[in-house]
Amino acid sequence: MTGNTNAGAPRTLYDKIFDAHVVERSEDGTCILYIDRHLVHEVTSPQAFEGLRMAGRKVRRPDQTIAVPDHNVPTTPDRVDGIENPEGRIQVAELDKNAREFGLNYYPMNDIRQGIVHIVGPEQGWTLPGMTVVCGDSHTATHGAFGALAHGIGTSEVEHVLATQTLIQKKSKNMKVEITGKLRPGVTAKDITLSVIGATGTAGGTGYVIEYCGEAIRDLSMEGRMTVCNMAIEGGARAGLIAPDEKTFEYVKGRPHAPKGAAWEAAVAWWKTLFSDEGAHWDKVVTIRGEDIAPVVTWGTSPEDVLPITGKVPAPEDFEGGKVEAARRSLDYMGLKPGTPLNEISIDAVFIGSCTNGRIEDLRAAAGILKGHRLAPGVRGMVVPGSGLVRMQAEEEGLDKIFIDAGFEWRLAGCSMCLGMNPDQLAPGERCAATSNRNFEGRMGRGGRTHLMSPVMAAAAGIRGHLTDVRELLAETV
Amino acid sequence: MDKFTTLTGIAAPMPLVNIDTDMIIPKQFLKTIHRSGLGKNLFDEMRYDAQGHEIPDFVLNQPAWRDSQIIVAGDNFGCGSSREHAPWALLDFGIRCVISTSFADIFYNNCFKNGILPIVMPPEVVDVLMEDAKKGANARMTVDLENMTVTTSDGQSFPFELDPFRRHCLLNGLDDIGLTMEKAPAIDAYEAQMAQSRPWV
Repeated sequence: MTGNTNAGAPRTLYDKIFDAHVVERSEDGTCILYIDRHLVHEVTSPQAFEGLRMAGRKVRRPDQTIAVPDHNVPTTPDRVDGIENPEGRIQVAELDKNAREFGLNYYPMNDIRQGIVHIVGPEQGWTLPGMTVVCGDSHTATHGAFGALAHGIGTSEVEHVLATQTLIQKKSKNMKVEITGKLRPGVTAKDITLSVIGATGTAGGTGYVIEYCGEAIRDLSMEGRMTVCNMAIEGGARAGLIAPDEKTFEYVKGRPHAPKGAAWEAAVAWWKTLFSDEGAHWDKVVTIRGEDIAPVVTWGTSPEDVLPITGKVPAPEDFEGGKVEAARRSLDYMGLKPGTPLNEISIDAVFIGSCTNGRIEDLRAAAGILKGHRLAPGVRGMVVPGSGLVRMQAEEEGLDKIFIDAGFEWRLAGCSMCLGMNPDQLAPGERCAATSNRNFEGRMGRGGRTHLMSPVMAAAAGIRGHLTDVRELLAETV
Repeated sequence: MDKFTTLTGIAAPMPLVNIDTDMIIPKQFLKTIHRSGLGKNLFDEMRYDAQGHEIPDFVLNQPAWRDSQIIVAGDNFGCGSSREHAPWALLDFGIRCVISTSFADIFYNNCFKNGILPIVMPPEVVDVLMEDAKKGANARMTVDLENMTVTTSDGQSFPFELDPFRRHCLLNGLDDIGLTMEKAPAIDAYEAQMAQSRPWV
């Protein structure tokens, strides 16, 4: 099914966006695909710019290239004085130099608009429906929430896009993930996306682009949709997509780089054609009832290690094949015994932030649970807004006070603990309730133990000092 | 980029499933602004203890596999981050080929940009190759990209499939940026048409 698409035949949303960007298609189906937006951060780009310089090449479309440092930046106020870590400082300085030399759209570390690249792109209106968006970062899938075909690339491909504004691509297969009906109270976009990975596995999406659809997806805000698409990569998919609708247009309208006037009208007219046609071919379909999704947490070191909070830590023998050994290794790393109820696992830290859950709505949701509560004794908490503008908005709403009163640190924007490339890290053996996207060994710091969950679940865990079913706290407040 | 034609070398068995890019090269080594020099930190947290001493049990620390050029791995190798530091670290260590039942998409792409051949084989073949790899330095596996076969130390040969364009680029060590730049007129034409059809881009 990959390759040529008959004109007039029913097409998926992915087919339509892909087709609209083909510059040239070879007989074997290899395409040169045009890239509308190229996002760049400091970790995966220095070697690409170096490659350009060595070959005497220019950036073909600096006007379509957006750069922002996020992975290395400290999230403490003293960052205005510079980055202490010499390697991190050099990497951010390199981005600064490259952005200025090649004339890119650039948000430096101390600009109020700086933040995690996947939060800044949509916030500034760079990400628009129907676009192709790439970045040297696997969580580029986030932008799929707008009905944009967005995925991560390696540094060689970053160089390829800088030089040519295109990528060499073969078409992926089409996968539909439908979440029907309504979500139950306490269940969020994060629970949807983790539950999908739990059901399909981390390789379940390999070779596919996923379109998320169904009533429960339609009902999500744009922030929630970004959370869902963000973790498409964790399910192995090249990209995740959600068809744009009035909510999307409303979110985009008026943003600094969104089209205006007649261009806006023309854009919306095209965007309204971006949906999967009746009768379009799907290579794989997964359907989950929204009512069946519970608040979930991860217990292991792969995002597929997902269970409802009401469950128990599994035993290696519960699995088959290579997963038996992987589960044994995970349990050892996580320091967990099979059969332990998940809600009895005590925690040392709470991290609220990341490109998965660092947007204003995530902070509102966590603050809603935390209001009038404090972190349990011995638990440290950190809230890291996804961008300077998210931070500002939260402060206008008084959310910072709720977090600070609850005992959290209120930080500046960046990737922070999610990948521990900056000073924010877990100590060996420290256990964290995290709203981020990866629970890999060492991800948040060597020996650190990560349990992934939604912002409300992380807040609940912080209050109780152990993994907690947020519905218990919701019941108390009713 | 170095050409890849045939490779005969020691294969390291790594049956663990879901070996992610954070395992292949942990985040603290992503601060470099160069492509080279990452081999010593390949699989860093599996290979060294917190004091920096080698963990003797880890396969690449054992005498039989220290000079491996091939890895035979469990399902879904290379999942996680897009960091090209993962194939850079493999290459710098001396690994030119990884064989598994499946690879994560971005890692798979990144390999070809660096002259590394990722080979997808069915589970039953990976099982045979895994057993062969366990023989260590006394056994040499041969990967032949021209004929698209993997041959075990005892002469069992298994065919594999590969996209023709990727194969062509690997066999000839081609830089695909150069190839695409030759298509500049087509890109110009696309942009001209886009200025009409999607002027807001």
